[in-house]
Amino acid sequence: MLRYLITRALSLGASLVVASLVIFTMIEVIPGDPASFMLGLNASEDTVAALRDELGLNGTLSTRYLNWIGGLVAGDFGTSYTYRVPVAELVVERLQVSLPLAIFALLLSTLIAIPVGLIAATRRGEMTDYTIMGATQMGIAVPNFWFAMLLVLVFAVQLRWFSAGGFPGWDAGIGPALKSLTLPAIALALPQASILARVMRSSLLDVLHQDYMRTARAKGLSIAQATRRHALRNALIPVLTIIGLQFSFLLAGAIIIENVFFLPGLGRLIFQAITQRDLVVVESVVMLLVFAVILVTFLVDVAYAVVDPRLRRRA
Amino acid sequence: MIDLQNLSVSIHDTPILQDVGLSIAPGQVIGLVGESGSGKSMTALAVMGLLPRGAKASGQIMFDGLDLNGLDDDALCSLRGRRISMIFQEPMTALNPVQTIGDQVAECARIHRTISRDGALRLAAEKLTRVGLPQDRVPLDRYPHELSGGQRQRVCIAMAIALHPDLLIADEPTTALDVTTQAQILDLLKELVAEEGMGLLLITHDLAVVAGMADRVAVMRKGKIVEQGETEILFRTMSHPYTRQLLEASNHAPAGIAQPSAAPLLQVNNAIRDYPLPRTRLLGPAPQFRAVDGVSFTLNKGESLGLVGESGCGKSTLSRAILGLEALQGGDILLNGDPISPDMDTARRAGLQVVFQDPYGSFNPRWKVEKLVAEPFHLLGARPEDWRDQVRQALAEVGLPGEAMTRYPHEFSGGQRQRIAIARALILRPELIVLDEAVSALDVSIRADILDLLADLQAKHGLAYLFISHDLGVVRNVTGRVLVMRAGQIVEEGETETVFTTPQHDYTRNLINAAPKIPPAWRTA
Repeated sequence: MLRYLITRALSLGASLVVASLVIFTMIEVIPGDPASFMLGLNASEDTVAALRDELGLNGTLSTRYLNWIGGLVAGDFGTSYTYRVPVAELVVERLQVSLPLAIFALLLSTLIAIPVGLIAATRRGEMTDYTIMGATQMGIAVPNFWFAMLLVLVFAVQLRWFSAGGFPGWDAGIGPALKSLTLPAIALALPQASILARVMRSSLLDVLHQDYMRTARAKGLSIAQATRRHALRNALIPVLTIIGLQFSFLLAGAIIIENVFFLPGLGRLIFQAITQRDLVVVESVVMLLVFAVILVTFLVDVAYAVVDPRLRRRA
Repeated sequence: MIDLQNLSVSIHDTPILQDVGLSIAPGQVIGLVGESGSGKSMTALAVMGLLPRGAKASGQIMFDGLDLNGLDDDALCSLRGRRISMIFQEPMTALNPVQTIGDQVAECARIHRTISRDGALRLAAEKLTRVGLPQDRVPLDRYPHELSGGQRQRVCIAMAIALHPDLLIADEPTTALDVTTQAQILDLLKELVAEEGMGLLLITHDLAVVAGMADRVAVMRKGKIVEQGETEILFRTMSHPYTRQLLEASNHAPAGIAQPSAAPLLQVNNAIRDYPLPRTRLLGPAPQFRAVDGVSFTLNKGESLGLVGESGCGKSTLSRAILGLEALQGGDILLNGDPISPDMDTARRAGLQVVFQDPYGSFNPRWKVEKLVAEPFHLLGARPEDWRDQVRQALAEVGLPGEAMTRYPHEFSGGQRQRIAIARALILRPELIVLDEAVSALDVSIRADILDLLADLQAKHGLAYLFISHDLGVVRNVTGRVLVMRAGQIVEEGETETVFTTPQHDYTRNLINAAPKIPPAWRTA
């Protein structure tokens, strides 16, 4: 188990180094230099030179890369050119929205999908199964912003249970903050839950036909007992993979939903930074997202090992 | 104790079992024999109340005065695993891969009795020790993937006997195991029956297995029991023609073994095949596993050479090297004096064809038979003009009609598919065909037909066969010379009859002794 974790952690480190090189190179290969790109066509020579200086673009490639990485490790993400504040501050502020939103949506999606997939699988070929499969098909086909607008219309405009958008901040208390994240989280979770429920269903159907399920029945377990004790854990292995992928997506992929609900999240930050050519922000936030994705992948690997003993080799 | 009366089962109006009558007394072993699809397993599942969805059973399954047919699942659950237990054919997949063997055995006690987790685990330890898995060698916290097939079957047996059942049903319990492991498992079952006084319903396709185990034998065919009686009497009289046919087919020897010429066709010289194992250290070389360790032999033109050995001995690895699919790490393999390797000329491959074990997995299901059989033509660069005629001819040679060409593989039975595989191997008129367990998955009567077909083709085309099998009986009947392989090495080599009658190596002797046999005296009639 320990060896497995160490190997996974090492490969995580290697992926980070490769990713940082790719991001750094991409910024470097932009025609001209970053400073003139950021300032646009009409900037004067002096302004560009000043910005070059400010961005530390005058060193060699390797020193610039090392400075950037060194800064990231020390928590210094540079200073945003448009906002004129340290990028770290911006990111921390935005993460306070994006991270809880992603976790909230993921929890909802998992809590919906696992029981729904379980019910569909155990009632395979019955009306319940067809209904669930039809509903999840819709869930996948309909874009999440449409759900978002529908939710706003029903729960904010008609019923007035929730506000239509905005985020009061955590200072306003956990209750109001969570409340403002509820509709966006549902909108994000529905398509994800649809995918996850289908994965859960097919994975469980595979497992229900395994020989060890027959063994379990021969021992005297009822169908429900056999499913709970022997099928669930085996069926979770592919589901974990999808959960990992979904979390990464939810963290950065919520741009549209953040726009619909006027949430100051990470997605909007990066979107604005790109339109405003704020390369310092883009570079650092992308790196941070890569780090988050790799970290989640690592956590999924750890979860695999916990669920499936075949992955932990005896030392 | 258990008494089946007029048991009939149908699935969606297709009759599966018809008027099955069978009774088992405590301490008695009943052998239920038949070919695939005869209804043996369905009989067992009916007793367990585990028939597939859509199945309807009629008749009575009397168990200690209680009719199991018609009981609801709750009542059956309390009987299953406690008073009636069952073990299955495939021990590799019969256990939950994410639970320890201790928990899986303990579970039997925990669902049927009020017992603490520790108490259940103590019981599991005791039962596992009883079936030959003592705690100092195989502790309770092992997972199934850490055990061999034979050990896993022992775990299944421990689960089945944990609560002293009255009846144990064993459905082909040793079919997936090597002969020596099979002998040990059968001995264990025999001991347990005597010790626990339970009844055993032993389901198998192998007459020799029941000959050595059962007190009574029932022979099934197409959902009906055609004959049953005391084992010895049944074997001596063989009153039903089907029973006789089954016995003859199981020991079928095609007429005459081809006389090879002295010209060598395939020469294997000191072949070595290594596999890398998972790395133990991050840097540094991965350790190697030597699967084939200095094997040398010669196969002459027109010869049938047997290669026997238990699973993991390296026979399949050797065959892949002979087919030129994998490179050797030492030594060489020559076909007609030309070296064989993965990057050899495709024309050389044409002289060398193969038939594998699984008639279901060996074909692309989306190809028609004519395309499947014609596939080897790509080795020659282009398909000849008359390729369809050649395919038709090859199919005719294996006894299939020309109309088979436009059908898909799923429309054929296992035996027919194996014929298609032989036609595919034959189409380029190779000199050597490697038969890698080619008849192992077939029922005995179909196996007999295929063996006859292979003998005919050999006589007609002067083919040489490398006949790889774990089944000693078949190898004895169809080959002139045999190699015995163990742990990557050839431990014995010689004329087949000589090796079987006077084996020189201990391992060969063990193999031959372990194979179940019908006592010769019973065959006088």
